[in-house]
Amino acid sequence: MPALTAYVRGVGVIGPGISDWFALQAVFAGHAALASAPTAIPPLAVLPAAERRRVGNVIKLALATGLQTVAAAAADASSLATVFASSGGDGANCHAICETLASDDRLISPTRFHNSVNNAASGYWGIATGAQAPSSIICAYDGSFAAGLLEALVQAISEQRPVLLIAHDAPYPEPLRAVRPIADAFGVGLLLTAQASAAGQAQITLALTDETVNSLANAPLEALRQGIPAARSLPLLACLARLQRHAETGRVVLDYLDDVRLAVSVKAAP
Amino acid sequence: MGSGLDALREALRANHSGLRPCQFADARLSTWTGEVAKVDATALPAALTRYACRNNRLARLGLMQDGFEQAARDAAARFGARRVGVILGTSTAGIFETELAYRQREPASGALPAAFDYRGGHNVFSVADFVRRALGLGGPAAVVSSACSSSAKVFASAARLIDSGVIDAAVVGGVDSLCLTTLYGFNSLELLSAEACRPFDSERDGISIGEAAAFALLERPAGALPADAVLLTGYGESSDAHHMSSPHPDGHGARLAMAAALQRAGLSPAEIGYINLHGTATPSNDAAEGNAVRALFGSRTPASSTKGASGHTLGAAGGLEAVICAIALQDGLLPGSPGTRHADPAIGLDYVIAPRSAALRHVLSNSFGFGGTNASLVFSRGDACRP
Repeated sequence: MPALTAYVRGVGVIGPGISDWFALQAVFAGHAALASAPTAIPPLAVLPAAERRRVGNVIKLALATGLQTVAAAAADASSLATVFASSGGDGANCHAICETLASDDRLISPTRFHNSVNNAASGYWGIATGAQAPSSIICAYDGSFAAGLLEALVQAISEQRPVLLIAHDAPYPEPLRAVRPIADAFGVGLLLTAQASAAGQAQITLALTDETVNSLANAPLEALRQGIPAARSLPLLACLARLQRHAETGRVVLDYLDDVRLAVSVKAAP
Repeated sequence: MGSGLDALREALRANHSGLRPCQFADARLSTWTGEVAKVDATALPAALTRYACRNNRLARLGLMQDGFEQAARDAAARFGARRVGVILGTSTAGIFETELAYRQREPASGALPAAFDYRGGHNVFSVADFVRRALGLGGPAAVVSSACSSSAKVFASAARLIDSGVIDAAVVGGVDSLCLTTLYGFNSLELLSAEACRPFDSERDGISIGEAAAFALLERPAGALPADAVLLTGYGESSDAHHMSSPHPDGHGARLAMAAALQRAGLSPAEIGYINLHGTATPSNDAAEGNAVRALFGSRTPASSTKGASGHTLGAAGGLEAVICAIALQDGLLPGSPGTRHADPAIGLDYVIAPRSAALRHVLSNSFGFGGTNASLVFSRGDACRP
């Protein structure tokens, strides 16, 4: 079987107490504690005003994560294929529709309805960036990040083009929150390429495995990993940070399905 | 259109429509739907009752047809269960259960009823999770949920996983079931026709919503191919980057997807013998798709939308229409378009209203969706692919 190997050209991350990849690297390095603060989703300037008014936090989170990743990679968003991975899409929008449908007046707002598709973030990303490249939307419950990473990396290799992975999740409002608690909003972006563009770039290789999933020694980060599906990416981000800091190679096992996990080996590109 | 390939073949041959005035749940809408019979009566395996919801019952009903369950188990025996993936498309998963649960909230706390199972029904992944367990498969699994292109895109995702050696085979397809979100949602956008939809008709005035489960077992061709083997020879995906619920009027994104699918198949437009159009029957969708098809193929390639027969099955449309393309290739049949009376001359395609025979070698299927998502697939006969 050919190696499932690609290169990480950029990383973006937004989460509770985490404004960006630099902030998270400082936490991994022990230079800063994870700030105890709810996720701050940055304002969105890229959408036309009419569209900006229509989008909820989940879509803002996805777009902000993607833009941060593209900026880190100094890439052109309009040329990139995208894979969006989310365990559940826009829960607040879903809640509003279900409330309306349970009422005597079932008139759903048209905007709510077109935002209800699970590819809403992908659609707004296209409008914001002009990207006409393929865009996919992947879900595998708590393993959505791993499923998205597999889809994005395989796409980068087999289509020989850069693929931007954006994994994102945000809490549902009640009553769905009670049956599907998600601690806070978390977005992570990886720009993957089939070839290295610089020596020392992170090279990642995927393999399916049934090994035990890696947890994190840092308790607040481990709480995030367990509390938000998209944060199941954190062991990989920790590995990427160690590579950058100490040129240390590594291997982590990420959550995917109940009986299949995703192993990721990380080393520097020659 | 019935359950199983024989019923679908017969419906296509007779140009029969499965659309009826909407009687789904307590929807009070003046529209027609393609509701599948016997969904509620379909039980899930005893060990998988947590997955009980309309969408997974429909999935089970689909799996039980045409020996599909056995074919998937045979693939698992041949390749190993871990080498067989499950990649399925859906747009609304088990949302109908959630809609009902919201009517039974605890008055004081607002809590959902205790029996509500988020993972088993509501979550987008539920259908792939259920199908993977029902078939005893152990490979990678995911749901693609890109509205009405979902179950076309799964063919591309699975083909890439097979090509890159991650798996040897995959169960692909789509399952989408009727729910109030889509019925009232399309109603709010004023996109529902009050009668059975009429794709590409001069007087088309909106969609009819349908539901479907459609599955295919995808694997790398091995050995000598039977003449009527059906091969996935091309796929193309693109984004409109234009508007959330309207296609680009020129169909530019659609054209990119079709061109990419042809390029991957190594075929020229003239080699495609039939196009299964997305053809939802809204005035703007069909006009945009017609522009895209004409720009790439001219006006001579026979084309039809089968949504007048099935309704728009949303996240299952790509999968269902892939199966229809397979039947077209195997039977030498150009499917018609029940409901369509006069093909719109302003669109200018060779639009097939009544089914007719034709020797087909390669066909193309379009699936487009909200958010400007486009996917096109090319399918070919085994005897058209021999070296």
